Formats: sequence, structure tokens, C-alpha cells
Amino acid sequence: MWWNTLQLAWRELRANLLRSLLTTLGIIVGVAAVVTVVTLGQGLTQKVTADIASMGRNLMFVLPFTPQRAGPATPQTPFKIADAEAIEREVQGVAAVAPSSIKQTQAVYGSNNWQVAVNGTTNAYFTVRDWPIAQGRMFTDSEERSGRAVCVLGETPRKELFGQQNPLGAAVRLGSTSCEVVGVLSIKGQSTFGQDQDDTILMPILAVQRRMTGSDDVQQIFVSATTAAQVKPVQDGIAALMRERRRIRPGEQDDFLIRDLQSVSSLVESTTQLLTAGLSAVAAISLLVGGIGIMNIMLVSVTERTREIGIRLAIGALERDVLLQFLIEAVVLSCVGGLLGAALGLGASAGIAYAIGVPFVLSPLVVVVAFGFSAAVGIVFGFFPARRAAGLDPIEALRYE
Amino acid sequence: MANAPLIRFDNVSKIYGKGETEVRALDGVSLTINDGEFVAIMGPSGSGKSTAMNILGCLDTPTKGRYFFRGIDVGLLTRSQRALLRRNYIGFVFQGFNLLKRTTARENLELPLIYRGESASVRKKQALRALDLVGLADRADHTSSELSGGQQQRVAIARALVTEPAVIFADEPTGNLDTARSHEIMKLLDELNLRRHITIVLVTHEEDIAAYAKRQIRFRDGHIASDQLTQKGAA
Repeated sequence: MWWNTLQLAWRELRANLLRSLLTTLGIIVGVAAVVTVVTLGQGLTQKVTADIASMGRNLMFVLPFTPQRAGPATPQTPFKIADAEAIEREVQGVAAVAPSSIKQTQAVYGSNNWQVAVNGTTNAYFTVRDWPIAQGRMFTDSEERSGRAVCVLGETPRKELFGQQNPLGAAVRLGSTSCEVVGVLSIKGQSTFGQDQDDTILMPILAVQRRMTGSDDVQQIFVSATTAAQVKPVQDGIAALMRERRRIRPGEQDDFLIRDLQSVSSLVESTTQLLTAGLSAVAAISLLVGGIGIMNIMLVSVTERTREIGIRLAIGALERDVLLQFLIEAVVLSCVGGLLGAALGLGASAGIAYAIGVPFVLSPLVVVVAFGFSAAVGIVFGFFPARRAAGLDPIEALRYE
Repeated sequence: MANAPLIRFDNVSKIYGKGETEVRALDGVSLTINDGEFVAIMGPSGSGKSTAMNILGCLDTPTKGRYFFRGIDVGLLTRSQRALLRRNYIGFVFQGFNLLKRTTARENLELPLIYRGESASVRKKQALRALDLVGLADRADHTSSELSGGQQQRVAIARALVTEPAVIFADEPTGNLDTARSHEIMKLLDELNLRRHITIVLVTHEEDIAAYAKRQIRFRDGHIASDQLTQKGAA
């Protein structure tokens, strides 16, 4: 009975192929939209999460900050190297601490030059950023202590300045300072925000402070916690320590910020989720409109086939047989639309994901939910026309021309 | 119930409208039809013969009086119960053939069997046997539009008898056919009545068609004007 009804419905839809397709277009568009939006949203979230993990494990950074308050603007109080040392010494759960002083400058080697941010820091930077050396070595203790002019090149300046040549041992001029290349960093790639992370040159922090910035200020401090669970306690520990060292009275606002990447990542994630939900709601409305389209055409179909319904009722079809037939027809119609829409949506999202450089994450759940939703639309909007067909009076229906 | 007549009208009335505008399509009709009969119902249009046919076919119910089909009071049944009665005991042949469009002869025949829940193999076997009985075994895979009017009506008769019903109600079955085709159809019905003992109730207004029946009932203004055996019935 079920199988026959299904075949019957399929034949009826095939007989009016163009009309069936147009009817189900609303469902196709709706399902395709839902699948595309959700798939891309998931791809984006995955990319952001992966990117953030690539910046360093359990990483956070501490920056000076001017709190908003009335009265004349007060200048920011910078950090010193001693602050970084204090964090490492006194806060529980810290894996590594790297102070950072940055100076934008011109790097020159032979006839090549390149505008680059020179990052004065310590060997701990390689640990906190989870960023190994590809070639050569890190700084030695004595280089760090004395602030010798040595540097480790990021991939981008290496390529721009040296091309195919071996950079190790060469002397690069950074602004007015001549500097020996001792190592090359491995390739890190772009950050979430499209920044080229490899466009950097590392030097011992004392070298940058003395030779380039001319001050002992530290612009930010990178800290990594031993485990993900330690990130929060370490943040609290740093906050308490900094308030003490910077003499902030209870009740006063912090004049520094502690940012961890998990909070950045969860911000991106919640934004994506909000966007996905909003767009899905729009797509759901199009499914609703598609459902009304199906109801409309099923009502037309019931009227057109009044005589057929009369014949069926006369030769022994029960009301529920006729009800089932038209209901299944509506469900088949909307399910076919759901399948086509899911295929279209997956195709479109694969294409868009490729175009915008986001991974294509196939989520079976989305497809199943979208498909189930379209089947539900078929049942809900098919019921009224089917009810009407089943309720026809066989005598009237047989007389219908 | 086994002894109950196939059909018994007990003072059946069908009244449309109310009060001043009320129309008595049937007015206190009583009649009995037994198994194996071949009855022609005749009368001018508006005489009540179509109304009687609808009630006989369990498509409609009397306003007053009682209609017993095999002893069952049809007036007390629900819509679904009447559909089951039609499914199991009644075959219909209509003036306009009423085959499903875009559907082959065999599929048309299988339709009532589908509703009876028969398996695909049983359906196929019974459908082909019924087509053979009406002489259209070689047309099983033709759709209704590929068949002539006479052939369509024979398919319709095959559909009516494929479930081996107790009675076939034929409403002007020759109304859309030429004389030669009409007589072919009547000979077929006659044979089904004679050889397979299927009760046949026929509505017609043509005397030569009605002459195939063994008994003629004439309606006039909602009453039975006459009820008599034909020469064939008397013989």
C-alpha cells in the first residue's frame, strides 16, 4: 500500500514535471540557503579556531591601557622588563613569559630592502608563540644579557632580503644598526585577521631598547599558561600582581589589559553563530513560503483530479487512503525539493568555501535537519489539501467535469 | 444473514431541501433484489432512478426508510464502513467509463485490488484474468487514451469484476457507445450474469438495452411505476 502510494505520487509529479519543479522551488531555495549558511559558518568557525591555535597554545598578552575617566587624559604607564620577570617568578601556572618591544624599521641587505617590524624579545618568545626555529639557532644567554645585535629572521624578510642565498652569518642593516643573522623562523602563515605573521625580525630585547627605541619600555608581555585550565587563574594572578606593582588602589580600574586568545576565539565563534542563526531564520521563512506554494498547488491538483478521487472512493478507497495519497504526494514533492536544495547548498558552499579560503566542513546533521524540516513542511502544508480530497463526496466528485 | 436477500429497500425516501422547497427524489420505495438477478432500472430523467442507484451502490444513504444490503442496514454505517462494503461486494460501471488517465488497463484493474491489500503478484494475476474475461488480454499495457470507447468500457467492466463482487451496478453503461459496441457490452454483462452468477443492476433508458435484463423496474416521480419480468426472465 505504502509502496504503491509512493509510486503513484512519483508518477503524478513526473507527469507535471515543470509544475512540480516550480512548486518545490521555494523549498529548494530555502534548504539550499540553510545548508549553505550553516556549512560556511561552521567552516569559518573551524578556520578561526585553527588560526588561533596556531598563534600559540594557552597564550595571553598583557598591554598597557588608559581607562576611561573624567578629567585630563593621563598617559599610559608602560611595562618594564622587570614586570615580565615578576610574572614569571610570582604567578603560579605560568609556562613562559616573553616581553616585547617593537620598532618599525627598514631592513637592508645588499641592494634589497624591506619595511619590517623588529620585535625585541627573549628566547621565551619561541615557546609562548609555539614557533620553532627552522634554520640556525636561538639567542645565547650572553647575547640576551649584553643586548648584542643578532637577529632571527621571519620567513617573509628572509625571502625578500636573501631570496635563494643563505642568510646565516650575513649582516643585515636594521635602521642604523648592523645585525648578524643567527637563525630563521619556521613558516607560520596568515593570522585570522589576514596579517602576515612571518613578516617579523626577532632581536634580543635589550638590543632593540638600546639601539633602536632608546627607552626601556616594554609594549606588551606574552605569557603562556601550562595548561588550558590554567589560563584563567594565571590571568587573575597577573592582574593581582600588576595592580600591586602599578600601585592601583582598590576600587580603581586596571590601567592594563590581559587578553587571551580563547576569549578572542569565543567572540568570533559567538559572532558567527549569531550570524548563522539570523540567516537561518531568513532561510526558514523561505521554507515557509515554499510550504505555502506546495499547499497552493496541491489544492489545484485536488480540484483537477476531483473525478479521479471520485473513482477511487467509489471502488473502495477509504478516506484515509485518499488522505494518505495526497499527503505522500506533498511530502514527496517537498522531500525532492529538500534533496535538490541540500545538494545545491552543499555545492554552493563548497564553491564559496574554496573561493574565500575557508575549509568546507560537511555536516551531516545540517543536511538531515534541513531535509527533515522540508519533509515536515510537506506534511503540514499537504494536510489541508489532502483533508479536502479525502472529504469529497464520491457522487459529486464522479459528476465533476 | 445468509438467507437475507442481496438488496432490500424498505420504504426508502430521499428528500433534498426542506419545507416548501423540499424535493422527494425517492418517495417510499420498497423493493427486493436477490442474488443472481439481472435487473434493468428504467425511467425518464428526474424519475429517481439515479438517486436509487446511488443509494443501492452505498454511495448515498436514505433520508427515511431502511436499505439492507445482505441484511446489513446501510443507513447505520459510517462513511468508511460503506467504503469497505463497496470494496468487498460491489463493482461499478459508469456511463463515462471513468478509467484513470495516463494509466494502463492493467493498472486500472489493479487499483481496487491495491485497496484490498492484495500482493503485487496476486494483483497481476487477477487483473490479467479479468482482462482475458472481457477479451482484452492483449491490451493490458495500453493506457486509456490508446483504447476505443468500447474497449474502455470493457476495461471498466473488468475493473468492476476483478474483485469478484456480489453485484455490479452499471449506470448507463452504453450511453456513450454506438449500437454495435452497446450490444457487445450487453452481451458481456449477460454472460457474466449467466456464467459467473454475478448480480447485475443496470440503469438505462433504452428499451433494447433493457431487454437484456430478466427484470425491469420503471421509476416515475420517485415511485416504482412497474416491476415485471421480461420475456427472457419469464423463460
